[in-house]
Amino acid sequence: MNALDLARWQFGITTIYHFLFVPLTIGLSVVVAVLQTAWHRTGKAEYLRATKFFGKLFLINFAMGVVTGIVQEFQFGMNWSTYSTFVGDVFGAPLALEALLAFFLESTFLGLWIFGWDRLSRRVHLATIWAAAIGSNLSAYFILAANAWMRHPVGFAVDPVTRRAHLTDIWAVLTNTQAWSTYLHVVSASFVVAGLFVVAVSAYKLLHRDRAPHASEPGMFQKALRAGLITTVLAGAVLIYSGDHQAKLTARYEPMKLASAEALWNTEDTAGFSLFAIGDPSVGAAGPGGNILDLQVPYVLSFLATGSPSGEVHGINDLQQRYEAQYGPGDYAPNIPVIYWSFRLMMGLGMAGVVIGLLGLWVTRRGALPEQRWMYRVAMAALPAALMGNIFCWVLTEMGRQPWTVVGELLTAESVSPGVSLGEVALSLSAFTALYGVLAVVEARLLWRYVKAGPGNVMPYPGHGEREPDDVPAFSY
Amino acid sequence: MDLPTVWFVAIAVLWTGYFVLEGFDFGVGILLPVLGRGPSAGDREADRRVVINSIGPVWDGNEVWLITALGAMFAAFPAWYAATLSGFYVPVLLIILALIGRGVAFEYRGKVDDPRWRARWDVTIVTGSAVPAFLWGVVFANIVRGVELGANGVVTSDLADLLNPYALLGGLTTLTLFVLHGAVFLALKTDGPVRHRARAVARRAGPVALLAVAGFLLWTGARHGVPAVPAAVAVAAVLAGLVLAVRRREGWSFAATAVGVAAFTAALFGSLFPVVLPSLVDPAFDLTVAGAASAPYTLGVLSWIGAVFLPLVIAYQTWSYWVFRRRVTRAHVG
Ligand code: HDD
Ligand code: HEM
Ligand code: HEM
Repeated sequence: MNALDLARWQFGITTIYHFLFVPLTIGLSVVVAVLQTAWHRTGKAEYLRATKFFGKLFLINFAMGVVTGIVQEFQFGMNWSTYSTFVGDVFGAPLALEALLAFFLESTFLGLWIFGWDRLSRRVHLATIWAAAIGSNLSAYFILAANAWMRHPVGFAVDPVTRRAHLTDIWAVLTNTQAWSTYLHVVSASFVVAGLFVVAVSAYKLLHRDRAPHASEPGMFQKALRAGLITTVLAGAVLIYSGDHQAKLTARYEPMKLASAEALWNTEDTAGFSLFAIGDPSVGAAGPGGNILDLQVPYVLSFLATGSPSGEVHGINDLQQRYEAQYGPGDYAPNIPVIYWSFRLMMGLGMAGVVIGLLGLWVTRRGALPEQRWMYRVAMAALPAALMGNIFCWVLTEMGRQPWTVVGELLTAESVSPGVSLGEVALSLSAFTALYGVLAVVEARLLWRYVKAGPGNVMPYPGHGEREPDDVPAFSY
Repeated sequence: MDLPTVWFVAIAVLWTGYFVLEGFDFGVGILLPVLGRGPSAGDREADRRVVINSIGPVWDGNEVWLITALGAMFAAFPAWYAATLSGFYVPVLLIILALIGRGVAFEYRGKVDDPRWRARWDVTIVTGSAVPAFLWGVVFANIVRGVELGANGVVTSDLADLLNPYALLGGLTTLTLFVLHGAVFLALKTDGPVRHRARAVARRAGPVALLAVAGFLLWTGARHGVPAVPAAVAVAAVLAGLVLAVRRREGWSFAATAVGVAAFTAALFGSLFPVVLPSLVDPAFDLTVAGAASAPYTLGVLSWIGAVFLPLVIAYQTWSYWVFRRRVTRAHVG
């Protein structure tokens, strides 16, 4: 264990943790905005109640997204100072854009939304939640453009004297094909997660509909369930389309990542898609590797990566040789088993979520509600599956990039802060892990409590024979 | 002015915005148990909610000034960003932990109706506000004073070096200044018992803050040189804030403490210029504005972005303060 290993663990843990909250914020902000728009248009109390209910859950999640994001902003400088000095000139611009265009929008207008129910006209108040939702969805673009640059660096030159990267074309950085493609893919994955969140909550409430505090509640959740399922399926379609595009870009720009994700050792021009493979433990890290066992579907990988069943896909052994010739001796392959299985888990778990969405649409067609209790439980299980799919995917994306932080330009081993000691990183890693552990429990319990308490808790149902109240109370702390 | 200097000023402006805005947030958080005390549990809770709700709609937007200041430092002076955050590792870590706890606490405190739950979050709010209020002063005093910075741009100062008397006074200065700023803000933004107590706190915290600011700036002037105008304005504004608070001119008093915080920050950045991180090892290793800056193309791009979007941000943040201009009272949180 050295400071580098711990810094890598710390980055992985804190970023993954941040990303547990991010997809829900991105998707749920739009869901809440749509619900409020429906209320604005129709004036029906059930939409307002749904807005307040999902709004509360959204805010509980959002708070965690914000505080874990702050860590990220500091972490580059604390643990990766060599990296920061090398890339700041290029990488800092999208980060500054993100803060200026997106975070200010998000935080200011969300403050107005939470506290402004009784201070703003209904129309202006509706605009504030849309502004916050746009802010969330914009922030994802800038950070992903920064991240995409590390995987496919464009629009820069390295100064021969200072050895620092210099931006030469901001437009190239912002319109990087990897950025657009990843954005579509990650945002659609976020909407799958948010859709399944609405599904899971509604399924839970419908499973226990005999305990509903008001006759109108099951009807509301039945509508919410359908809306969540539709969101999931629509976003799922974009997800698959953009994922396929991701695979083709990966084949072009990061062939080693693709080869590792497939445990493809040798270059093939009719490569099959691997279903299950076991690496050969008898070959050392240095020598060329191979598989003991590999179950394949023929031609599929070539087709996915190149669009043609006989397209050439490069193998790990050949790429390793090519990189050694280009960059000097070293190990240019990432951790193959981790990458291989992350890819399968991402696809498996994430697609399971989408498929459950599709089946759910079928069983609830024409106002039907299934009697079987296990169906509701499956619908609830789709949420953690999709979230785990997101996480494994980031493991694939980031660990598949190893040994580079900036592909072809800067190695991870060279990125770390030289002046930071093992003890310091150990301290921060333990502190974050402990704090995040506690907060995870607190947050999960709070969400659970509010789901159980239901919409009547955030906006009481009218008593027998009473009308819904006209005024809308503000949220406050 | 050349572009690197423009960006040095821009970063000073962003930090100033951060300290002026989150400065009163910190003060409000620190004063939570002092102002929310009442004879009965019900009164106490009502007053604490008045205190927290006075910053409820704005604290997150205020914190984004920090994120923007860091993002701008990263983009415009990568080596400065890298050396500062890695060099002040432990204080920065403590600041982050405090900000995490505090952010969650504001949001979660009122979500469960249980006195023990709220008591825990109250402790988090107070420590989460006091720690950064103190440590930002320590960090900036050390930036002015200089650190063990080698030829390779690596900082080797350890925690004991960073906790020198000058830096500790810096920490005390920001802490007391923010307490005063927060007390004045609460006197302006609330009504009823909280307002009365906030005035009393301002009267007592004011002289301490005034002494700390004057003492720290004198020390800075003697050791490192400090531009006279912002330093004098800082001392005069804090004094004016105190006098106006005693006279119950709350709006003017808050304007004065805001000017005081801004001028204080400006004095520190002015003292630093044209170096951004001085080296105690050898002045030849100083990190300078020219040496740490990004290339002209990047700075040009950033200038366009800043010129278009910063005024927009300031406009809608001002509007949000306008929307929430009414005083917060028990009736409002009840
Ligand atoms: C949540 C998504 C996510 C995002 C947006 C980023 N990363 Fe990443 N990064 C990860 C998800 C991740 C990860 C999955 O969490 C990794 C891979 C395995 C690990 O330990 O952490 C990781 C590792 C990782 C490491 C440590 C090396 C390693 O252990 O693999 C560095 C230095 C970076 N990343 C740098 C960045 C930077 C500078 C980003 C700027 C945009 C960035 N990553 C965005
Ligand atoms: C590693 C790179 C990342 C950094 C440096 C970073 C930085 C930040 C920061 C500083 C915040 C807090 C903003 C506030 O106070 O309002 C934040 C929140 C947020 N981030 Fe990240 N982030 C990273 C990765 C990502 C990615 C990849 C996405 C989206 C695809 C994302 C989306 C968001 C969103 C939507 C928020 C709003 C708060 C929430 O999630 O609830 N972030 N991030
Ligand atoms: C529920 C979530 C997700 C699902 C169901 C999903 C699904 C998919 C699918 C179907 C593909 C196409 C595979 C192919 O055509 O070969 C793909 C590829 C890809 N996805 Fe995802 N994805 C999810 C989330 C994410 C996220 C959050 C990221 C983060 C950036 C991501 C990054 C990638 C990458 C890099 C590829 C190309 C991988 C390769 O072929 O090497 N995915 N994904």
